[in-house]
Amino acid sequence: MKWLTIFLAGILFALGLGISGMTQPEKVIGFLDIAGNWDPSLAFVMGGAVGINIILYRLILRRRRPVFDKTFTMPRQRNIGGRLISGAALFGIGWGLAGYCPGPALTSGVTASSSALLFIVAMLGGMLAFHVTQSEHEDDDVRNRIPPGDRKPADRQKIASAATPVRHI
Amino acid sequence: MENFTPVSATLGGVLIGLSVAMLFYFNGRILGVSNIAGALLKPHGEGKSWRIIFIAGLLAGGAIIAALSPDNIGESPAQPFTLLIAGLLVGYGAMLGRGCTSGHGICGISRLSPRSIVATLVFMASGMLTVYITRHIAGA
Repeated sequence: MKWLTIFLAGILFALGLGISGMTQPEKVIGFLDIAGNWDPSLAFVMGGAVGINIILYRLILRRRRPVFDKTFTMPRQRNIGGRLISGAALFGIGWGLAGYCPGPALTSGVTASSSALLFIVAMLGGMLAFHVTQSEHEDDDVRNRIPPGDRKPADRQKIASAATPVRHI
Repeated sequence: MENFTPVSATLGGVLIGLSVAMLFYFNGRILGVSNIAGALLKPHGEGKSWRIIFIAGLLAGGAIIAALSPDNIGESPAQPFTLLIAGLLVGYGAMLGRGCTSGHGICGISRLSPRSIVATLVFMASGMLTVYITRHIAGA
């Protein structure tokens, strides 16, 4: 059952990408082409997705834990630094060049589209390049979320100082 | 604005949003595709099973679109060499920045995470600048 919900979430996500037009790189580039024939559709895609989740996210977090796992696995709060900004900048360049980002590329790859497949291979290469050149401290940036009712003063201090026990991913 | 498709865009966005909520509600995981794919490449990573299942679902969904509405899947206008560079940048950049359009742009912003808001603004600006250069300056 747990695996079914994960599988279905993947299907639903792909369907959303397809219906929204995100699996059409020309359309994505059209959104980024603010000086040209601008297509604002991507803003509506994000609006729909974020609008839903701003509400649902908080509702879901009222639970102690997800349905099929012991804890929520959350990104640890970290500062906004050079890595975040340069990573996002590099990502944006690639995104603007191809009109692909990871989700749509993988979804499109199923059709054996040559542009998607080439992008995917290169993307995996770029990810691997990062893994082999960076130290593994990146494992420290997720944590298991202790439900609010279970937190003890020591936990609150730990959370505040971002030293919560790490669940390595 | 001749390609503007607000209805299908919003509908697709809502489906995307529901899938994000679904993964979080049932499995407590953030739907960040770059993390899902990227973690599979680490030799000693945890959570490989669920990530593989999720990507299988993604591919199954892609197959459904390809079967029912193939026009919704388009080719990139970029040349092969550009696609290579683009993929490398997206892959590396997503790892360095710890997220992508789904992880930061949807999940992070929904959590009102300042990190994700900044990341999203940066990659939007970077993408827009890139397209401006390639479409209006370099004449590519």
